[in-house]
Amino acid sequence: MTLIVPLIALLLIVVSQLVSGIAMPTVEIATIGYVDELGGFQQYTSQGNITLVRFDTPGDATEALIRGDINEYFVIPPDYISAGVINRYTLEKQLAASPAVTTVINNFLTSNLLAGKVPEATVARIEAPLNLVTTRLTETGAVAPEQGGYGALIIPFVFSILLALSIIFSSTYLLQGLGEEKENRLIEILLSSVSARQLLTGKVLGIGAAGLAQVAVWAISAPLLLNLAYSSIGGFVSTIQLPPNFIVLAVVYFILGYLLFSVISASIGAISSNSREGQQLIGVFTLPLLIPLWFTSLMMFFPGNPVWVFFTIFPLSAPVEVIMRLGVSVIPAWQLVASIVVLVLSIIGILLLTTRIFRTYLLMYGKRPSIGEVLRSLRTG
Amino acid sequence: MLAVEVSHIVKSFVDKVVVNDLSFSVSQGEIFGLIGPNGAGKTTTIRMMMDIIKPDSGDVTILGEKLSESTKNKLGYLPEERGLYKKLKVIDSIIYLASLKGMDRHSAEEKANELLSQTGMLPHKGKRIEELSRGMGQIIQFIVSVIHDPKLVVLDEPFAGLDPVNTDLLKGMLFDLKNQGKALILSTHQMNEIEELCDRILMINHGRSVLYGKLAEIKSKYRSNSVLLEFEGELGEVPGVTEKRTHKGYVELVLAGNTTPQQILERLVSRGMVINRFEVATPPLNEIFLRVVGKAHE
Repeated sequence: MTLIVPLIALLLIVVSQLVSGIAMPTVEIATIGYVDELGGFQQYTSQGNITLVRFDTPGDATEALIRGDINEYFVIPPDYISAGVINRYTLEKQLAASPAVTTVINNFLTSNLLAGKVPEATVARIEAPLNLVTTRLTETGAVAPEQGGYGALIIPFVFSILLALSIIFSSTYLLQGLGEEKENRLIEILLSSVSARQLLTGKVLGIGAAGLAQVAVWAISAPLLLNLAYSSIGGFVSTIQLPPNFIVLAVVYFILGYLLFSVISASIGAISSNSREGQQLIGVFTLPLLIPLWFTSLMMFFPGNPVWVFFTIFPLSAPVEVIMRLGVSVIPAWQLVASIVVLVLSIIGILLLTTRIFRTYLLMYGKRPSIGEVLRSLRTG
Repeated sequence: MLAVEVSHIVKSFVDKVVVNDLSFSVSQGEIFGLIGPNGAGKTTTIRMMMDIIKPDSGDVTILGEKLSESTKNKLGYLPEERGLYKKLKVIDSIIYLASLKGMDRHSAEEKANELLSQTGMLPHKGKRIEELSRGMGQIIQFIVSVIHDPKLVVLDEPFAGLDPVNTDLLKGMLFDLKNQGKALILSTHQMNEIEELCDRILMINHGRSVLYGKLAEIKSKYRSNSVLLEFEGELGEVPGVTEKRTHKGYVELVLAGNTTPQQILERLVSRGMVINRFEVATPPLNEIFLRVVGKAHE
């Protein structure tokens, strides 16, 4: 798994470059025919890579299309000014006209309609009226060091996915290990050699180190992959920036999130009779971890909604939620403090409960105790 | 010094008392048999001795010390239901589990090779555990339980699944350990193994001690008043004998209440009979087991 994630990313980049590499030439050499039934559309027939060719009748245009002289054609009907309808004819089965073609036709129509009526520069502005450049200011009116935007989103977003994956893989691994040791009864030999607490600590630390090593491999491979992806996503890479405190918070939440899920896995591993049963149970806990990822787009467009405050403080979703929110907005300090305190308290609480039941249920094979039995043994310890 | 001293231990799970006020001791250089029907509390007793679970009350002392993390390295344990990491190699499994008992890698490997060679398992040391047969896996588990030179070894059903050759090999190794002064506790349902190996036994039923002491004394206590006789010629009537049971090759004479085997022997000898075998009949442990446990069931 450690190497599979970077390899999948590499595959995605290669495939997307192949696909865009195939798609581009058809756009470049396009020739589009048109029939001007309204009149007055003679100029601006060269639009970037696409050339527009005029035909007198739709019949001529159809013949040219069948011969392959043109890729497609459109007809400007006499009632275009009042109705606004353009009829487009093509041999290809498509979902819709490509954005490049739409833009070309749009600009061709606008330019011809406005030709001679307004200055050339105004025509260009009407065609592309908005290039929004946003600058975030601090409360003192100075330019803020963190500017936001998609460039700030990308690293937190990728890291939150990696964090979720890493936590899920490590918890599953811990569960599998414990399940196997229970199934083949090695647990008896282990417990006759070390105490239950030592066993629990060793498992959490050992798998935690493996999880960190995994994230390190991903983090190291990320810049290399970004460089490879440069040609696909172009200048976007240069806009990538790290939110302030990101590294510190990423490490804190990785460790806390990891600890929380490993103590949960350990207690589930102790009470479930085999690793398969344990994996079904852990799903109940990994679901909330993934919830922030489902609402990515909502979070991007409504970053101030109070719902996100709940997910920030709720311990199971906090690690992923906080990392993602760092990319879209600024998290108030009190929320971060509350979130970390709740996480730490949950870890300690579950750890205390786990050590009470860990030893008893590790030695109980074959049947899963009922919730009532677990609660009773928590009380009696 | 006693190897193990268990005094008045009690353990209950939820509402059921599994071990109830159990006390016994095992000396160094002794093979001690722990027997009892299924569910009697043997495994729970063993787990308390191995410090896997704690007794609700009572004490377990190993070589004069209270059970703690440091005494764990002096214990060796072969659990009844057993297994090893299937994907791990034989030698790595042994070294890993030995390291948990505080051995360093080098001496663990050295000792592992020695024990593997002693058990004829050396050619298999590079194999994965899953490639071994059940009996071979069991030999590896036995090696794991003794590699760290423990002072007390507890073996739960050590002969189950072993062929006669390996059973014999294991018995030899158990006697070697005994001669080295180790205390061995053997828990098994195979009463003939207990009779062959053990000096003293503890039988528990429903978590309580029902028989405890030297095997020979227990057997003599449970003997029926009869003798086994192999002879030549005619036996005829013997005074003091109430019943004659003819078995294959020998006769069992049931004696009258106040007659001793000695008196019968004198009477037979005085008749000038050729006697090939004269033995005071002691019941096999199996029969004692059935009688004691059966009585408890009534």
